[in-house]
Amino acid sequence: MDYQYTLLILCLPIVSFLILGIGGKWLSHKAAGLIGTLSIGTVAVLSYYTAFHYFAERGADGTFASIVPINFEWLPFYVGNLHFDMGILLDPISVMMLIVISTVSLMVHIYSFGYMHGERGFQRYYAFLSLFTMSMLGLVVATNIFQMYMFWELVGVCSYLLIGFYFTEKPAIAASKKAFIVTRFADLGFLVGILVFGYYTGSFSFDFTENFQYAAGALHGVAPDAAKAIAAGGFILPTALFLMFIGGAGKSAMFPLHIWLPDAMEGPTPVSALIHAATMVVAGVFQVARMFPMWIQYAPETLHYVAWIGAFTAFYAAAVACAQSDIKRVLAFSTISQIAFMMVALGVCTEMTTGHEHVGSVGYMASMFHLFTHAMFKATLFLCAGCIIHAVHSNEMSAMGGMRKYMPVTNWTFLIATLAISGIPPFSGFFSKDEILSASFAYSPVMGWVMTGIAAMTAFYMFRVYYGIFWGTENKQLHEELKAHGHFGEAPLVMTAPLVLLTLFTVFCGWALPGSFGSFVSADGQAYNIHLDPQIAITSVVIACISIGLATWIYIRSSQPVAERLKAAMPHLHEWAYRRFYIDEIYQFVTHRIIFAYISRPIAWFDRHVVDGTLNGLASGANYVGESIRPLQSGRLQQYAYVFLLGVVVLFFIMII
Amino acid sequence: MTNYTEFLYMHEELGLLAVILLLFVCDLLFCKDSKRGGVYNTALPVILLGILTAFNLLPLSNLPFEALGGMYHHTPMDTIVKSTLNIGTLVTFLMAHKWLARPENLVKQGEFYIVTLFTLLGMYFMISSGHFLMFFIGLELASIPMVALVSFDKYRYESAEAGAKYILLALFSSALLLYGVSLIYAATGSLYFNQIWPDASSSWLLLCGLSLFLAGMGFKISLVPFHLWTADTYEGAPTVVTGYLSVVSKGSAAFVLLVVLAKAFTFGGVKLDWQVALFWVIIASITLANLFAIRQSNLKRFMAYSAISQAGYLVLGIMGGTEPAADGSAQGMTALVFYLLVYLAANMGAFAVINVVEQNSGKLAIKDYNGLYGTNPKLAFLMTLCLFSLAGIPPFAGFFSKFFIFMAAFNAGFKVLVFIALVNTIISLYYYLLIVKAMYISKSDTPVATFKSDGYTRAALAICTAGVLLLGIAGWVYNYLDSIAKVSL
Repeated sequence: MDYQYTLLILCLPIVSFLILGIGGKWLSHKAAGLIGTLSIGTVAVLSYYTAFHYFAERGADGTFASIVPINFEWLPFYVGNLHFDMGILLDPISVMMLIVISTVSLMVHIYSFGYMHGERGFQRYYAFLSLFTMSMLGLVVATNIFQMYMFWELVGVCSYLLIGFYFTEKPAIAASKKAFIVTRFADLGFLVGILVFGYYTGSFSFDFTENFQYAAGALHGVAPDAAKAIAAGGFILPTALFLMFIGGAGKSAMFPLHIWLPDAMEGPTPVSALIHAATMVVAGVFQVARMFPMWIQYAPETLHYVAWIGAFTAFYAAAVACAQSDIKRVLAFSTISQIAFMMVALGVCTEMTTGHEHVGSVGYMASMFHLFTHAMFKATLFLCAGCIIHAVHSNEMSAMGGMRKYMPVTNWTFLIATLAISGIPPFSGFFSKDEILSASFAYSPVMGWVMTGIAAMTAFYMFRVYYGIFWGTENKQLHEELKAHGHFGEAPLVMTAPLVLLTLFTVFCGWALPGSFGSFVSADGQAYNIHLDPQIAITSVVIACISIGLATWIYIRSSQPVAERLKAAMPHLHEWAYRRFYIDEIYQFVTHRIIFAYISRPIAWFDRHVVDGTLNGLASGANYVGESIRPLQSGRLQQYAYVFLLGVVVLFFIMII
Repeated sequence: MTNYTEFLYMHEELGLLAVILLLFVCDLLFCKDSKRGGVYNTALPVILLGILTAFNLLPLSNLPFEALGGMYHHTPMDTIVKSTLNIGTLVTFLMAHKWLARPENLVKQGEFYIVTLFTLLGMYFMISSGHFLMFFIGLELASIPMVALVSFDKYRYESAEAGAKYILLALFSSALLLYGVSLIYAATGSLYFNQIWPDASSSWLLLCGLSLFLAGMGFKISLVPFHLWTADTYEGAPTVVTGYLSVVSKGSAAFVLLVVLAKAFTFGGVKLDWQVALFWVIIASITLANLFAIRQSNLKRFMAYSAISQAGYLVLGIMGGTEPAADGSAQGMTALVFYLLVYLAANMGAFAVINVVEQNSGKLAIKDYNGLYGTNPKLAFLMTLCLFSLAGIPPFAGFFSKFFIFMAAFNAGFKVLVFIALVNTIISLYYYLLIVKAMYISKSDTPVATFKSDGYTRAALAICTAGVLLLGIAGWVYNYLDSIAKVSL
């Protein structure tokens, strides 16, 4: 099978970006939206076609081959045989990501017709969406780390542009800058990691077979076998990989680099669904999965640190999510928590053994599976939230309550997605979360119980927000006012249709895929048949049900005495959680009071007074001297000749000395 | 028996001479009647010069050779420099069209081309000379017709004055230079460049001759303190001629200085002697010219000082350029020729704008350029490109040429000099940006009216802009020059 046409998947969005970016001024909203949607639609068709063919051809050894249909050397590095390539790599995870990105992107494109209707800058919005889609697709099909890094930065830029889409509003500007600076700061680690990695392994490529040999021999200058041992026990490759992980932690909002994601909710809600829930924020997970062979071979201990960072992040974000009142913030923290689940799943892998039913590396499959299902149900949740915000013009739960009467479709899709994220069968989240939990238990019971607890918290806060929106205390006054204006009620079809489509994924992809997810994506390529461990499955479902029951008991009624009492009983804890444990304030303190005050200000003073002063002095000195030597240029010829002769004499004496 | 085929070695000079004679004939046949000047006007000399350049360049011989018993010494780099000068002259002709089409000039337009080409011929001889007398003949051939060019607008008072000042000082410097040459002969007993071997190296007689020689060349290149004529002459001369003087005349002289110093004065301690002399001359040129440039209000005077300062940078290339470096590269010479090429594009571009503005509005003061962007945005933009290149702002070619010059001088060990030159680059940025500021930011009640420039000027501007934008980016140009320079030294 020839996959040359996959180049189109990257080219179409860039073409529509150029058309919309350059010609957007002259296009009507409808035409602009259609151009963007059509190109992404074509990309989606091509992606599904690619996936269909790719997964239809299993190699002789039962694995899927890594195919590189296009690859060319872009820039040579002049050191060793390093070079920057650009190309397309198809392997199970990149094909899986093609599906995720193109599906969610297409849904968001359609949905935005309704959500962004009549907004200023509609064409710009679609142009940026196209650019983002192209960058994200380029990131996942990258053949080497450097290409990945390039597209990685591009998605960062798109995220910046789209968060700051309402660039006349202060919070949006602040949020976009925050997102860009925090992720960029983390990307520094990524870049250093890439360079260290490239230097010591002699290659940027994701084809690691040569890496192992090079890292072994040429780099340490000793016999390959001994060197392999050094490299495995050494610190260079673990350090490089961990530096790369810092970049991934920035993008995927791992504690303590998560601070930008909640603020990023200032962007339009469909953008939050696409970028800050389904695709870009999982780039960090994807990166670790890409480098997984290197991690597991050379840095298994470091990988476990990643797991613990993930576990802490998951817990922290779940705790904060329990106390937020802004529904998009709740979803943002829930995203952080769920991505952390994926990180944990990768981090608990211990070894890659073939043929032993994937002992130790189930986590890899679980992580990718959860990435896939989470993208679908979290996009649904965000798009539902968009519908609700569209209706009530506010993000606060206090403006909602009782919405089930007005928005039935949104209500049902939101409920299904919430059940999925809570891990209730038969929805997709149950299957993927169960795999993560069994991988965690296989690594260590402590990790398993911690993750089970966090899964219970997930169910609790998700149902808290569900009841807060659709049941609970209704804000009747506001709703009457909105009704009087006539724009209150279920969102138009163009917005609800994507909700329903995404919900179908959530309902079916856990159990209705031909074979199962594990037969397509697994750590060593061998098919892995997902089977439920009854003990873990039952435990997690029971605990989730208890949490849901608890949330129902507290939040379903229109008056909520229990919640008030809890708040009153633990005022500090609630305040802390509501303020996200003051992490932002700590950042403020460190940057403003310490870095700015003790480093930036002295440097600024030096620049303003010493550097500028020197240059100003140079300028005024030059001016002064220029004025005072004017008589030299008198216009009198005899004087010119005199100076000329004098010059000759001076030259002579200079030379003779 | 003289072997007359030796003359064929000089085919570049002979070709130019043929062009001149052809133009003579055309002038006689077609230009008697000023109304029918169109046949001849500009297109013919430009085409002929273009053909000549192509003819010189295409079969580029890669070996240095001598002819006429060593009087004529030719290297591949000579061809490159001559072709560069050809392009400069060609751009001058294109620029000159509008000026020559004026009623008072129409009748003498043929003279302009011929006289200009004679100065060019003089420069050719200078470049390829192997003997001081040959060199001197070339020098005079390049200077004396130049006076006619400077005072070409002879009924304009300033032009006549500029011509008078130029010829008096040119003769003065030529006389001193010739005296210097005679002293060199006295010290060494030969006038062939490659036979100058004194008994005691750097005897005071030789140094005396050398300082006079340097002064004479300093006059042509307009280096401080031999530069005083520059501002007056540049201001008075027709703008086209000023452009020609500041690029072609100056550039050829700088290259000749490098070649003569390389061929004749690299023995013993004498190299150190002239390096010390040039060291101070460069510092004085760059610094003083910058200081003067800041204060100018007339654009042509301003460009005069800018040109003096640029000459300082050009000569910087000579410092490390007379001998191949340890690694076999000829950085100095390459950097100088590359600088000349880039300087040609940028300075000619600036002069083309100045000229077309002058021809259309008669305005020459810097403050007249206030608000030019509002009325003639394209011209203002091109002028900005050229000024940025002159100032050495990346990514324009000027940045790379300055970089290579500095690198060559730095590698030759003149670190202090490079540092001073760098500081001066910053100062020069200031005054170049003054013009940009005038065009873009300053408001004016009477800006230059909007006009449409003629096709020839546009062609000239296109050539210059292409040079400014592409020379720096096209890295192979420098590498190619380097490969030529290696066989030429």
